[in-house]
Amino acid sequence: MNELVEIVGLTKSYNANNVAVNNVTLTLPKGKIIGLLGPNGSGKTTLIKMMNGLLTPTSGSIKINGRFVGVETKARVAYLPDRTYLGGNQKISEIFDYFEDFYEDFSREKAMEMLQSLNIDPSQKMKTLSKGTKEKVQLILVMSRNADLYILDEPIAGVDPAARDYILRTIVTNYNPEATVLISTHLIEDVEQVLDEVIFMKYGQLVLYTSVDMIREKHGKSVDAYFREVFAC
Amino acid sequence: MAWELDSDRPIYIQLVERIQKMIISGYYPPGGRLPSVREMAAEAAVNPNTMQKAFAELERSGLIITQRTNGRNVTEDVTLIDGIRKSLADEHMELFFEGMKELGYTRKMVIELIENYEGEDK
Repeated sequence: MNELVEIVGLTKSYNANNVAVNNVTLTLPKGKIIGLLGPNGSGKTTLIKMMNGLLTPTSGSIKINGRFVGVETKARVAYLPDRTYLGGNQKISEIFDYFEDFYEDFSREKAMEMLQSLNIDPSQKMKTLSKGTKEKVQLILVMSRNADLYILDEPIAGVDPAARDYILRTIVTNYNPEATVLISTHLIEDVEQVLDEVIFMKYGQLVLYTSVDMIREKHGKSVDAYFREVFAC
Repeated sequence: MAWELDSDRPIYIQLVERIQKMIISGYYPPGGRLPSVREMAAEAAVNPNTMQKAFAELERSGLIITQRTNGRNVTEDVTLIDGIRKSLADEHMELFFEGMKELGYTRKMVIELIENYEGEDK
């Protein structure tokens, strides 16, 4: 069984005039790094929230590792939301305690190693950190888990280019052939070198699901350039 | 340290070209051992699946040999390596002559120019 995620006829409508995700059917394999790309308001975050059980689909279904989204799938999915959810008064090391307690697959050793490479002091409180550093800490928490599926919603938007490189390198080197990484981002140029496949979404619908090299081969241009063409305003 | 790659051509093809050059230039000598897919992917800062695809392509061409238990090695077949070097050199020559033709140089003039060229000291 090579399918990790099976999405069938998935729809989420917030009200009659606002269908955020519209009848999406999609199967994601194991062992791939996949970009989830689309303009603002194309339904990326809504799709991601449903995959994490934070929103209930209006219709359709999502299975991860053969199970419908629920407690068991949450234990195997590492999710980086698009907003901070960590309390400001906690020290980084306290958050590590919390994660260690909460997630069986959290490796404190790995997390400490990454903190050190990025020169972040674990005794600092979250509220004293800059926006970019906060984002780094959250990404470290997520990447230090040994999950089946990593879902990263805008993981590099707020960090400097050097940290961006480090983060992408971390994703590539932590790569586990059994796990899949789904990255939603607008910074296509920065990530396309590490992606296997890309998903294009528009108005809540799936427009395209193909490999990076296929786009380059067929259209003779980068995913970034192709995206600009498909979504030209 | 990531490898410099063009953004408009398939990544695996560029990885193949790059590794070919590393072999031809002797950076990885005939019969020499190659790093693992993972190490090479980390060095290039590309996806390991893409690196895997490039290695598969190089295996098909016979330039690298995979031993089931012993990792990957460069072929010991020096004739094969020389053959690939020659065909890459031909590609360069073709581009070069095309460019010179656009500048109005005949073949004879080009050869004369090369003999008197002082840029590269060899």
